[in-house]
Amino acid sequence: MPETAVRVKTWPSHGLHVRTPRYLRGKCGVIERDLGSFPNPEELAYGLPGTPPRRLVRVRFTMAEVWGAAAENPADTLDAEIYEHWLEPVEG
Amino acid sequence: MPHDHADHSHDHEHHHEGMSPSGHPYRKDQDGPLTHWQAMEIAVRELLVEKGIFTPAEISAAIGRMDARSPADGARVVARAWTDPAYKARLMADGSAAAAELGCTVDALKLVVVENTADTHNVVVCTLCSCYPRNLLGLPPDWYKNRAYRSRVVREPRKVLGEFGLDLPDTTRVRVHDSTADMRYIVLPLRPDGTEGWSAEQLAALVTRDSMIGVGVASAPA
Repeated sequence: MPETAVRVKTWPSHGLHVRTPRYLRGKCGVIERDLGSFPNPEELAYGLPGTPPRRLVRVRFTMAEVWGAAAENPADTLDAEIYEHWLEPVEG
Repeated sequence: MPHDHADHSHDHEHHHEGMSPSGHPYRKDQDGPLTHWQAMEIAVRELLVEKGIFTPAEISAAIGRMDARSPADGARVVARAWTDPAYKARLMADGSAAAAELGCTVDALKLVVVENTADTHNVVVCTLCSCYPRNLLGLPPDWYKNRAYRSRVVREPRKVLGEFGLDLPDTTRVRVHDSTADMRYIVLPLRPDGTEGWSAEQLAALVTRDSMIGVGVASAPA
């Protein structure tokens, strides 16, 4: 649900049709909106059915979180679509 | 970076591949063997025709429809949103459905509209490949698919926008949208000042492709 804090998992992904960019792995953001469920593209790309459908959300990261001290403007943001199975809750 | 043909220079004194002696780029003849995927495309297409699933004319017509799409389609959507608050509300809530009202079908993909405001500027990229709202903007410009744009605009968007001629003050919040999965994005630019009372048709002429990607803003009225 929107505003929930999440962290992108750091799974390795050699040779898979993964829609989670490497530069966001391990980064924390908040869910900006729920986009509904879609067949899993990581399976569709290999001719598999992509079931069950996976929930897709837009996660908003600050540039400070993504790029650290190298951020051009720390308060600017970056939004990306991340599948739920790539997200874990942020404790605390 | 803003140029689609950065290698098109008249300064070269010698001839090199892809450039005529007079300095005009050209496409080399494809005399080499077909690549694996080119051969696969031909094989699948011929099988579909042989089995009577498509005719060659239907395939040509589909390519024609795709080629006919252009930023003018997106501009109609933007201009309507500027002039019709109820339409804008529908567009922000469900971009695909609102675009379809104006004849722009966004297939199975979902359209997300991100709105520029007085203090927020949005810009769209696809870092993983080259996802682009083709149904609203036609084919993407070469630079959009280029590794430099895709890798830099997420890291230093203000510098990249500056190279496109768009310098944003620190007080403007920049929001980069990476279309990583099933969504496609279009920016709803700010309506230019001095256009009060303009019709949607007049306004559409001010809506540039770049303003809908977010590397530019709508043109000022002449």
